[in-house]
Amino acid sequence: MTSQERPLDGSAGALGGDAGANAIADATAEADGGGTTVRQREPERTGEPLLAVEGLTRHFPVRDGLGPRSVVRAVDGIDFEVRPGETLGLVGESGCGKTTTGRMIVRLLAPTAGRIRFDGRDITHMRGRALRPLRRELQIIFQDPYSSLNPRHTIGKIIAIPLQVNGVRPEGGIKRRVQELLEIVGLNPEHYNRYPHEFSGGQRQRVGIARALALRPRLIVADEPVSALDVSIQAQVVNLLRELQRELDLAFLFIAHDLAVVRHFSHRVAVMYLGKIVEVGERDDIYRNPRHPYTRALLSAVPDVDAPGGASGRIRLAGDPASPANPPSGCRFRTRCWKAQDICATEEPALIRREGSAQLTACHFPETEPPR
Amino acid sequence: MLRFLTRRLLSAVLVLFAVSVLSFLMFFALPRDPVTAMCPKNCNPARLERVRQELGLSDPLYQQYVGYMKGIFVGRDLSSALGGHCDAPCLGYSYVNSEPVTRTITRVLPVTLSIVLPAAVLWLALGVGLGMISALRRGTLLDRLAIGFSLAGASLQLYFVGAVLLLVFCYTLHVVPVPHYTSIWSNPLDWADGLVLPWVTLAFLFSAIYARLSRAQMLETLSEDFVRTARAKGLSKSTVYGRHALRAAITPIVTIAGMDVGAALGGTVVTETTFGLQGLGRTVWDAVREGDLPTLMATVLIAAVFVVVANILVDVLYAFIDPRVRLR
Amino acid sequence: MSLSPADDIALSEIGPAGPQSQAAGEQLVGRSPGQLAWARLRRDRTAMISGAVLALLFIVALAAPLIERLYGVGPQQQFQNALDSYGMPLGYSGGVTGGHWFGLEPGLGRDIFIRMVYGLRTSLFVALTAAVITTLIGVAAGVVAGYLGGWVDAVITWVTDFALAMPFLIVALAFVPTVALRFYGQREAEPALFRVAVIIVVFALFGWTSAARLVRGQIVSLREREFVEAAQASGVGLAHMLIRQLLPNIWAPILVSFSLAVPSYVTNEAVLSFLGVGVVDPTPDFGAMIFRSISYLPTDPTYVFFPGVTIFVLVLAFNLFGDSLRDALDPKSSR
Ligand SMILES: Nc1ncnc2c1ncn2[C@@H]1O[C@H](COP(=O)(O)OP(=O)(O)O)[C@@H](O)[C@H]1O
Ligand code: SF4
Ligand SMILES: [Mg+2]
Repeated sequence: MTSQERPLDGSAGALGGDAGANAIADATAEADGGGTTVRQREPERTGEPLLAVEGLTRHFPVRDGLGPRSVVRAVDGIDFEVRPGETLGLVGESGCGKTTTGRMIVRLLAPTAGRIRFDGRDITHMRGRALRPLRRELQIIFQDPYSSLNPRHTIGKIIAIPLQVNGVRPEGGIKRRVQELLEIVGLNPEHYNRYPHEFSGGQRQRVGIARALALRPRLIVADEPVSALDVSIQAQVVNLLRELQRELDLAFLFIAHDLAVVRHFSHRVAVMYLGKIVEVGERDDIYRNPRHPYTRALLSAVPDVDAPGGASGRIRLAGDPASPANPPSGCRFRTRCWKAQDICATEEPALIRREGSAQLTACHFPETEPPR
Repeated sequence: MLRFLTRRLLSAVLVLFAVSVLSFLMFFALPRDPVTAMCPKNCNPARLERVRQELGLSDPLYQQYVGYMKGIFVGRDLSSALGGHCDAPCLGYSYVNSEPVTRTITRVLPVTLSIVLPAAVLWLALGVGLGMISALRRGTLLDRLAIGFSLAGASLQLYFVGAVLLLVFCYTLHVVPVPHYTSIWSNPLDWADGLVLPWVTLAFLFSAIYARLSRAQMLETLSEDFVRTARAKGLSKSTVYGRHALRAAITPIVTIAGMDVGAALGGTVVTETTFGLQGLGRTVWDAVREGDLPTLMATVLIAAVFVVVANILVDVLYAFIDPRVRLR
Repeated sequence: MSLSPADDIALSEIGPAGPQSQAAGEQLVGRSPGQLAWARLRRDRTAMISGAVLALLFIVALAAPLIERLYGVGPQQQFQNALDSYGMPLGYSGGVTGGHWFGLEPGLGRDIFIRMVYGLRTSLFVALTAAVITTLIGVAAGVVAGYLGGWVDAVITWVTDFALAMPFLIVALAFVPTVALRFYGQREAEPALFRVAVIIVVFALFGWTSAARLVRGQIVSLREREFVEAAQASGVGLAHMLIRQLLPNIWAPILVSFSLAVPSYVTNEAVLSFLGVGVVDPTPDFGAMIFRSISYLPTDPTYVFFPGVTIFVLVLAFNLFGDSLRDALDPKSSR
């Protein structure tokens, strides 16, 4: 914990006795290892998905002065679901299309192709006013706590704006509600008149969370909400999100660039590579028995004691991912895969359930041995 | 690069077209009877009528415009005024000056070029030099002097400074002759001698702006990471400043310089009036007083061409200095 | 534990009012970026001095009729008996006396001081009005072009290029008399206010481009920031986005460009007068005064001196203040 983080959080009394205590308990528990995750309440994981994405695609046209116009296939046909109250972790290296996916889901970006269904409604082509009611149920937390808050607004105003523009009139008034929200995210409610530059990164991210919560959404896309923060603060913010999920029955699409952060928070995990999902399934299946070579490589980088591969089994991927402007034929991972065969260059592996595991894996030669 | 250039040229042509249409409307369509306006003094009714016919002034406006533009690109018939054909860049006939506008322009343009171009070299060199020095010697007496100089220059009036300099150096101390124009080809020494006062005046006032600009730009660039990194990598001071910092600092200066030179070429009205030189600017002024619309129209077009060409040059230069701009 | 650099900045900017020292209750009210800039401006001596000079000049301009009453001489009053047979003021240095502080105009024998007081009024009125109008147009065009992008941006950018390509002085030279002729014919006297209005219109037609370019650039870079997307995700409308989210972030450059536009209109107005298409006599005006005085430079330097120095001081004060404002609003910019 940084020195400037402490006084505010400590004096806030906002998380009040139990939430604050819980967060701290969680933080310590987590440090003990993975065993604590059993504490997590299992959401009701059956029934209709809250969010269903089919063939979601986004291509960016780019001109670069010279040469012809080309297309960046940032997201290239992905399918997944998020159920009410559930967290889906979306993991992959930087540039693989996670942010683009998140932005399409909250309709900040229009998809090039595919379908997004939210709570049974097709929201793919909603525009303008029709999106308004949707905004209330579907919110986003951004990666950069510095650029995601308007520097000219007080944090009170930042949190109040979603309420105002959506015509929400909470009992007790907007100010009361804003202060409540500040309290919920562990900030001092007396600080609603302060400006973002007076807060640390972690505190700003809490403001961003409060803003996302203001409209009482049912699904929050959290786009790497902690990767810009100090490691010590990361745990606090993740714990806050877990608390909120528990108390408010929220569903999350939790985006991260490594498997460590989402581990204790996600019910299910999807691994993305170069615009495609390569493996998706229940959290425990993915972590205990990863079948896709890429998942295995990602997992081996997690400095966790019980991680497969352990300290010695670290798999180093050669080179950088290929360019999404010009992805490899067949399996996109083949340029870095140690198991690649000829077929990998000609035939794209389907994302299906493979023999011997529960999750879906897009690989012609999935790993069979459980990791050491 | 090629695509960038074509796009740039296309937009420039479009701008010039709009300028020509707008000024044509402003000068020939809006006020008064254009013929009387064009030929206010020595025209009897019979001649007026012939002029009206020849210029097709009873034709619809667009035909008149086409006639005018045709004159510029292929020439047109102007027998009532010229007694013959008016050759390719035909900008019409000025009844006030009793000569084709093209001839007036070719006479006065060298004067304006002779004033602006050397002055621009002077003000750029002086301004950028001062700015760089004061940025590198930040906080010293030299820096303060340079800042004072540039602030004074930026706040002074051209006609005011010009008049004072004239009074002091020309009429009182007699160190320079009364400003006048001789062709550089006939007598280069006299050419320089006659224009040195306007050059110095322009250089003083304009360099001020560049000194301020380049100092600020240079300081900003010096504080940027890549300069620090380059220094940390052990590159020598002069390499870093010369190659990296200067290069990054120079782009905005190029932009402003291009716009300034373009604008100055089109409008040295104040300079020429102050120093009594008969260039493009002074010609505009006379044309306004005499209601000489063909000459006015021509000067607007020429000035616009200067601005547009300067802008294109700047963009091309920019694209060479900093390839990123091509990606816009 | 190491802080990220951004935290350092955040902290150094709040100083003692930071969250670390929240003993006193009043410190719970944050200091807005505007308040911080104001505090920096207050500490800047140049800013305070140039600001005071500007305030003084503004007060003089506003209080012109009051000054006239106290001074006892009007701007149109002629003192022919204080001129010699050539029309030059009697006495030393252009007729400076206890009754005529800055002397008399050669020819008409009007009092220079009171004409300067009224001239300041005209010049500042024209410059301020023009600056307000051009800033409004420029900001509106720049914000819309920068935020919406696409063809709206292309059109506005092209119009900007076009306005830049029209040679300002030539068009003004041609436009002002033409308009005057059109409305008032050859013989009719043209009301002073009409000429002032025409000049303001000319400035407005040409002057908005620089503000538009500046603002557009700022908005384009702001658009990339996540708070814009956050606002979109909250469902805000276009007006809210432009006015409440983006505009507050570009006050600094707008203010600076405004404060630098005013002196440029003061000088441009003087140039128009100098070229004979500015404010017409007998309306007192700085530019017109300087224009007429220049020809008396060898014979009556006092006549040139007072208006010349005052306009220099006015423009210098504006420039200095504008610079200080820039530094105060953007502490990273170097001085
Ligand atoms: N607006 C855009 N225009 C062009 N390319 C883009 C744009 N946004 C993202 N991309 C490209 O799409 C790919 C995916 O980006 P992103 O979704 O931000 O990845 P991630 O969030 O996983 O790091 C990257 O190669 C990126 O360069
Ligand atoms: S399909 Fe082939 S290249 Fe792709 S991950 Fe599986 S083995 Fe590697
Ligand atoms: Mg991202």
